[in-house]
Formats: sequence, C-alpha cells, structure tokens
Amino acid sequence: MYSPLLVKPMREELTSAGFEELLSAEDVDRFVANKEGTALLVINSVCGCAAGMARPGVRLALEHGKTPDRLGTVFAGQEAEATARARGAFPEIPPSSPSMALFKEGELVHFVPRHRIEGHSLEALAQDLTQAFDQFCA
Amino acid sequence: MGTFHQNKSELHGITVVVDTAGPEIYVGRCDDMDDARVILLDVDVHNDGDGGRSKDEYVRKAAQFGVWKKHDQLVLDRAQVTSVRRLSEL
Repeated sequence: MYSPLLVKPMREELTSAGFEELLSAEDVDRFVANKEGTALLVINSVCGCAAGMARPGVRLALEHGKTPDRLGTVFAGQEAEATARARGAFPEIPPSSPSMALFKEGELVHFVPRHRIEGHSLEALAQDLTQAFDQFCA
Repeated sequence: MGTFHQNKSELHGITVVVDTAGPEIYVGRCDDMDDARVILLDVDVHNDGDGGRSKDEYVRKAAQFGVWKKHDQLVLDRAQVTSVRRLSEL
C-alpha cells in the first residue's frame, strides 16, 4: 500500500472538485442506495499511467454545463472494503482502476473502464464524460 | 499528479491485445516488452473458438468493459506474438 502522504494530494484532486470520499462499505452503501437523480462514482488509483489523466479529466468534465447531482469516490489499493463494495454496484463489469460509473436513478448508464483512460488526453476523457452528462444529467 | 515508471516500454501501463500465431489471444496490462518477450499483468487469455467466440468476437467484447483476469502475470515469447495493439483502439 502506498504511503498516505503520497496519496493525499490524489484524493484532494477529487475532493476539491466536490467529490465525497467513501471510506467504508457503509459509506458506499449509503451513496448507492440514494437512487434520486444522477451520481458519478470514481474509483481512484495511484498509477500515473492512467490515473494521472483520470483526475484532471474528471475535473475538466465537471466544468461542463450538465453534471451529475452527486459525486463519490473510493480509492483502490487504499480502502479495500469500500472499493470492493463499490465494484459490487456493477458486478457484471470486470474490475479496473481508475474507472468511472455514472448512475441515473440507481441504474448504471455509463461506464469508463481503465483502458479507455490510459494513454488518452484529459480532453478526450472529459469529452467521453460530458457526452454521457449531456445524455443523462439534467 | 500521478506516479511515474521509468525505463519501461512505451506501452507500459497500457491495456493491450496480444495476438499469437496459435489459437491464443491475450488481453492484459503491458508491463514491459522487448525483442524477446512481452510481460503482461492482470491477464485474460482466450482460445479461438472457445465458448463459440472467435478471437475478433472476444476482442470486441473485451473492448467494451475490459476482461476478468485469469493470471496475475504472464511472460510471452515474442517469437510467438504476431501483434500487440492497444485495446482502446480496437
């Protein structure tokens, strides 16, 4: 496990953009149980090969006109129980991190797996997300 | 901000599709590759025709959401590899 000191700024890249950190399975249960409106759940991770673009890409997407009602994040490799519970919200999808899941009224409507983040620009990721926001968010 | 990995191939950290001259095709995260070998992490392998799916059908499904890993790491002999492609570009 990486040092909490190393991970702290990676957490803050999302929390400073309005994400709620889901640190326990109970936190995830509460977040997922709320089926009102739209919610974006980001599985954060350390690896710079993909996550280095993921966090700025998400932040850029949130500057878009339409955005999800609620924002939540778990940190893979840091909060194992919370991450496993979050992945349980979309059990048919193979686990990867970083990754992003958009829910509308409790239903998974858009998913961005790791391989669609790695090697792409933050603008490309932001465009992927904003297209989904336009389609599903009010 | 992220972590950085030096002295690795340009595909380090990228999810790739590794096809072979035989029936096997692999999807995994490239750790490193050179003239002798390809090292993959979190790897799934499909044999052409397994489950009624061709290699192409398997890759199309993998490109949607990814794969369920069967191996933590595999080292493939480069001589058997016919192509290494980014999954996101397929």
